[in-house]
Amino acid sequence: MSDRTVIPLRQATAAGQHRQLSIRVLRYNPQEPGSVPHMQAYDLEEADGMTLFIALNEIREKQDASLQFDFVCRAGICGSCAMVIDGRPGLACRTLTQNLGTVITLAPLPVFELIGDLSVDTGKWMRAMSEHLQGWLHMKQEELDLSRLEERMEPELADKIYELDRCIECGCCVAGCGTARMREDFVGAVGLNRIARFRIDPRDTRTDDDFYELIGDDQGVFGCMSLLACHDVCPKDLPLATQIAFMRRKMAGVGLK
Amino acid sequence: MRIIVTDVLVIGGGLAGLRMGIGAKRRGHDVVILSLVPPKRSHSAAAQGGMQASLGNVIKGQGDNEDVHFEDTVRGSDWGADQRVVRMFVNTAPKAVRELAAWGVPWSRVQKGDRDVIINGAKTTITERDEAHGLVAQRDFGGTKKWRTCYVSDSTGHAMLNAVSDQAIAHAIPVHERMEALALIHDAGRCHGAIVRNLVSGELVAYVAKATAVASGGAGRLYRATTNAVICEGTGIAIALETGVATIGNMEAIQFHPTTIFPAGILVTEGCRGDGGLLRDVDGKRFMPDYEPEKKELASRDVVSRRMEEHIQSGKGVKSRFGEHLWLDITLLGAAHIDRNLREVKDICRYFLGIDPIKDWIPVRPSQHYTMGGIRTNHTGESPMLKGLFAAGEAACWDMHGFNRLGGNSVAETVVGGMIVGEFIGDFCDRPENNVQLSTALIGEFLQREQAKIDTFIDGGGKEEANAIRGEMQDLMTAKVGIFRKGEDLAAAVEGLQALLRRSRNIGLRYRARGANPELVAAYRVQKMLKLALCVAYGALTRTESRGAHFRQDFPRRNDEQWLKRTLATWPHADDTLPTLAWEPLDVMQMELPPGWRGYGTKDYVDHPATAVRVAEVAAIREKGGEARRATLQEQLMPFQDLLPERFRGPNERIDEPLSLRVQSTATATARQR
Repeated sequence: MSDRTVIPLRQATAAGQHRQLSIRVLRYNPQEPGSVPHMQAYDLEEADGMTLFIALNEIREKQDASLQFDFVCRAGICGSCAMVIDGRPGLACRTLTQNLGTVITLAPLPVFELIGDLSVDTGKWMRAMSEHLQGWLHMKQEELDLSRLEERMEPELADKIYELDRCIECGCCVAGCGTARMREDFVGAVGLNRIARFRIDPRDTRTDDDFYELIGDDQGVFGCMSLLACHDVCPKDLPLATQIAFMRRKMAGVGLK
Repeated sequence: MRIIVTDVLVIGGGLAGLRMGIGAKRRGHDVVILSLVPPKRSHSAAAQGGMQASLGNVIKGQGDNEDVHFEDTVRGSDWGADQRVVRMFVNTAPKAVRELAAWGVPWSRVQKGDRDVIINGAKTTITERDEAHGLVAQRDFGGTKKWRTCYVSDSTGHAMLNAVSDQAIAHAIPVHERMEALALIHDAGRCHGAIVRNLVSGELVAYVAKATAVASGGAGRLYRATTNAVICEGTGIAIALETGVATIGNMEAIQFHPTTIFPAGILVTEGCRGDGGLLRDVDGKRFMPDYEPEKKELASRDVVSRRMEEHIQSGKGVKSRFGEHLWLDITLLGAAHIDRNLREVKDICRYFLGIDPIKDWIPVRPSQHYTMGGIRTNHTGESPMLKGLFAAGEAACWDMHGFNRLGGNSVAETVVGGMIVGEFIGDFCDRPENNVQLSTALIGEFLQREQAKIDTFIDGGGKEEANAIRGEMQDLMTAKVGIFRKGEDLAAAVEGLQALLRRSRNIGLRYRARGANPELVAAYRVQKMLKLALCVAYGALTRTESRGAHFRQDFPRRNDEQWLKRTLATWPHADDTLPTLAWEPLDVMQMELPPGWRGYGTKDYVDHPATAVRVAEVAAIREKGGEARRATLQEQLMPFQDLLPERFRGPNERIDEPLSLRVQSTATATARQR
């Protein structure tokens, strides 16, 4: 749903049949005096199974040592490498070049503070969002008796919580969000999903009244314009559209009380 | 000169670092955590299959307890582990799972009643107990007698990191992101903090602290083919080595994971085999039972990886344009199971291989996976050489893994180590004599030294390229210091690495910016990495035996008589090109489980002279103990409860071991009377 059609790895390609790629990168280094935003193209030969992780590293090693980007796990699980790939936010590390055309355009995620080139500060944004939403489980008691059996939970409920806990905070939903472009303080689908996750968790002591205080305004769930690009671009296929709609209904209920 | 003063400086924002930070903060100390990346992006998130803790909730885990977990871990380590530390670990692991459950980790839970599972290639129906319903579930993993691995689908590390990172935010612990420690500040055997570089602005900042704790993870990127994230370069271990004072333990003990997708090296969890997946060769034949009749696909990782490479060498590999591989077959587990419990594996196969593991076999081959060695610490997590320097998690050689770590024990160690060491850091900071007393001149000296190194890269006119040297290092390590090792290869690797280290002292940059500059980062890191690579290669060359993951073709037997000892490396002079090695013997007479056969792998080893004596002694204690409770018996064999922080002492409740019945004669009761 979220990504382009996946084509199986091509069967053995005879030597010399690899495509020539042109990777165009939106470059700007705010740290460097005189730097202005501009597009820069890098040509390279495609390799079998090449991902944007491999391609960008090859460019940096062989062509341009100054190119900035972020990769950590390079396995699609940590969320570091989100960028705008041919106009659409996605995870660069798991994007195979064979699923793209020969001209590939890369830009940093919008909304987040730019560090340089394709690198943005998602960490700072996520921490601020988390602090604002008190995005941690509010326990019944701080001191636990760890020697006793754990509290029970229905297996289906644990699976449901995990479903929402799969978010990797990559920032794609925020980058694709109309509201986030207009309101700096919008908590985004990532924030609303967070609250939805704690809301269904019986270990969290907060009630809908408490959650209303956190997201019952334009900065929260009522800021969403239902454009729902967040849902389309989420690399983890999180059910963001249903979660936001559900939270809005619940919060409207609290607001009308 | 900018100086930031805090009580506790944690270097590394993964599970171990965050949990240590939370522990110290709860004790009332100020904590600052440094991280190369936002904490939730740490490599801890990559732990897929689960965390070992002997809860014994599932029916196949019934009868599990600390004793069984202890024995599995020691056998897995090939008797290289510190058994007291293993005891501390296995006793705290259930507490860690329960703490994380309370913090919000959505552990997969037991569903009462019948369910179909795959065991040894065949469908079997097992029945979960009513009284286990809703408790944390366990799956099977390699090298374990019981199903012990607690999990959240196949995204366990991610879910744990979410909860622990959230708690760090709840405790208002600042995490300074994109900050890299370049050197530890120390003098006269006391660590005082670190010189830290801001990776965005390039500014050097001094962080001064009572306690400095390294939790920077492993060094997988010393190798070309590794499951490790790109940030796992071992530089946190290297800055301890560069003090010339702190010791680094067992760096030659490097684990290779059997199932990493070929050729990208991305991990697919051991849970695939734990849940019933099989390894197949070019003919589609399941080959592991021929090599390992006892544990088959579920022998320990070092054994399975060697058997796979052996099988490829016997001509049974699958040839592809990237080289040879074998197959991991999880098709027999069925779509429902894979979609629920192995969905990250499915995603990885889909995105990186373009295949669907519900119907396709996965091409796999072993790759570097884990660094058993690290900063040598005592049981409190503190360096015995450099006071005030602590370490936990993969960066530490606390030493619960010895020469081979069991699957599910690493992510468990991150939180357990974090809990335990966090308390000891609290104790350390409570003592008035450990207050910071430090001259700014000393701080300035360390800062200027690091600044000078950076200036040399930028303005020194060096001609060597950092990335080229790094690539050569990775190729050398992969070709000559891999799964199968022999003297001549290792000697060549040591020589090659020394040459690279000398060349690295003449690195120059093409891009000379002082702020964000990936080439500058590669330059200073590769010097550190080469020193660690030399610890690995030289340690491996010197250790003329095979133990756990360290396998010498020219010395294939484990030799307890000569080598039941831990390698300790130091780097006394900056211009050295080899580490200085020393060895710390393990005392057989103190072991609860004296050396023997692991229960899988080769049965051929040379005994330590004391082994027979200790075996007889242990047998006598066990016989005399008769029907005594297992905790009482354990206490007589090797007391350890006193070593734990008080809040983590004592037994763990299980369905089959209700706590109320155990109060009388437990080790805790004994420990507390003293």
